[in-house]
Amino acid sequence: MKPAPFQYHRVSSLPEATTLMASLDNVRILAGGQSLMPMMNMRYVMVDHLIDLNDATDLAGIRVDGHSITIGAMTRQRDILESFDVAQRAPVIVEALRQVGHIQTRNRGTIGGSLSHLDPAAELPGLMTLHDAMVTFSKEGDQRTVAMDEFAMGYMTPCTEPDEILTEISFNSWPVGHGFDFREFAQRHGDFAIVGVGTLLTLNSDNRIDRIAAVLIGIDYKPVRIKEIEEALTGQIASEELFREAGESVRKLNMMEDALIPESYRKQLASVLLRRSLISASKRATRG
Amino acid sequence: MTDGDMHEVSLTVNGVQYDETVESRWSLADFLRHKLRLTGTHLGCEHGVCGACTVLLNGRSVRGCLTLAVQANEKSVETVEGLAPTETELNVLQQAFWENHGLQCGFCTPGILMTLTEFLRDNPDPSETEVREALSGNICRCTGYQGIVAAAMDAAEKLRNSGQ
Ligand code: FES
Ligand code: FES
Repeated sequence: MKPAPFQYHRVSSLPEATTLMASLDNVRILAGGQSLMPMMNMRYVMVDHLIDLNDATDLAGIRVDGHSITIGAMTRQRDILESFDVAQRAPVIVEALRQVGHIQTRNRGTIGGSLSHLDPAAELPGLMTLHDAMVTFSKEGDQRTVAMDEFAMGYMTPCTEPDEILTEISFNSWPVGHGFDFREFAQRHGDFAIVGVGTLLTLNSDNRIDRIAAVLIGIDYKPVRIKEIEEALTGQIASEELFREAGESVRKLNMMEDALIPESYRKQLASVLLRRSLISASKRATRG
Repeated sequence: MTDGDMHEVSLTVNGVQYDETVESRWSLADFLRHKLRLTGTHLGCEHGVCGACTVLLNGRSVRGCLTLAVQANEKSVETVEGLAPTETELNVLQQAFWENHGLQCGFCTPGILMTLTEFLRDNPDPSETEVREALSGNICRCTGYQGIVAAAMDAAEKLRNSGQ
């Protein structure tokens, strides 16, 4: 349970990191280390070079500009959880982050690390998908931005090129008074979710749904936005019956199956969690 | 790859300054145990699940098995050895564990004490539910947690009353 030998490089800025990336082979980025270090300890991952971004202060922090929120890749989960700006503008993120790992892992774990690791049950990729976020990558002399929709290429595989570093993620906050909810089912607090659901919605004065977004995690290799159900709900009057139907219709999706959890169980969880999440979000929304 | 990618580190552990040379692949927990001979920090799983290795890095609790020793350069580390005020006395939290049967074999205890040290600094008046949530990252195979939770609540109250 010890990592194989590697060369360690500490960098203090993004330009330093991208220059190094361009010059080295078999290199990995060390962000918070809460997923990479276990894999290195178990020697699932063996690298020649490790570039540690923990001193790259230009990659950490939360910026707000009008409706837009930008979170640096090296911002720790705990700092997002305790951010006043995030709590004000995207409270669903705070609700979900409380269920991400434990104090000790949130103290180290970063948003860039969670996105790059891309566990199918991870909350942060789901939350970013819920907010239609944009992800920015940098490499030496170049930069590009990708929509969260196109971020995942396959199971635990983001579209990051070998010489690129994920630098930040940004999204627009929903209007003040929007309803939100995040809930998941896991075997114990902080453990991987079997299924999780995040919802956002706005209601007008006669209780009709103006705008809605819903995401499921843990059912496929990447977070799934249920666009058809979102469309069907838009313009409808919010009611428990409506949300029960929405919960039932999610069973039509194909879901993952693994050695422990059959597909039918995931469908049952998704159905119940979606219904409860929509009810809770609509109760929290300000009408009008 | 040759082994022996060595780095100089300079850090404090429980207030004591150390200047040492470490191999890049050493975990902070192994460094504390094998190099500094501070064996109070335990290693259970070495992949971030059990919490036995919890230490404070610049005041925040971290998994010692998922942090590299080289990453502690120019940082302060607190371990279970730094809690007791003297060789013969326990601090308030440790005393509460003693009085409330907060441990049996004691393997998980150093990690739990460090987790609670940070938690009670941040949240001096927690509910029992908050204590249980804070302990979710520490596994204890002996106690069933009742004594640990009781000890945390007892320590919180005593710390509040003493104004510490
Ligand atoms: S030894 Fe570090 S979490 Fe188990
Ligand atoms: S007291 Fe034995 S593991 Fe907790």
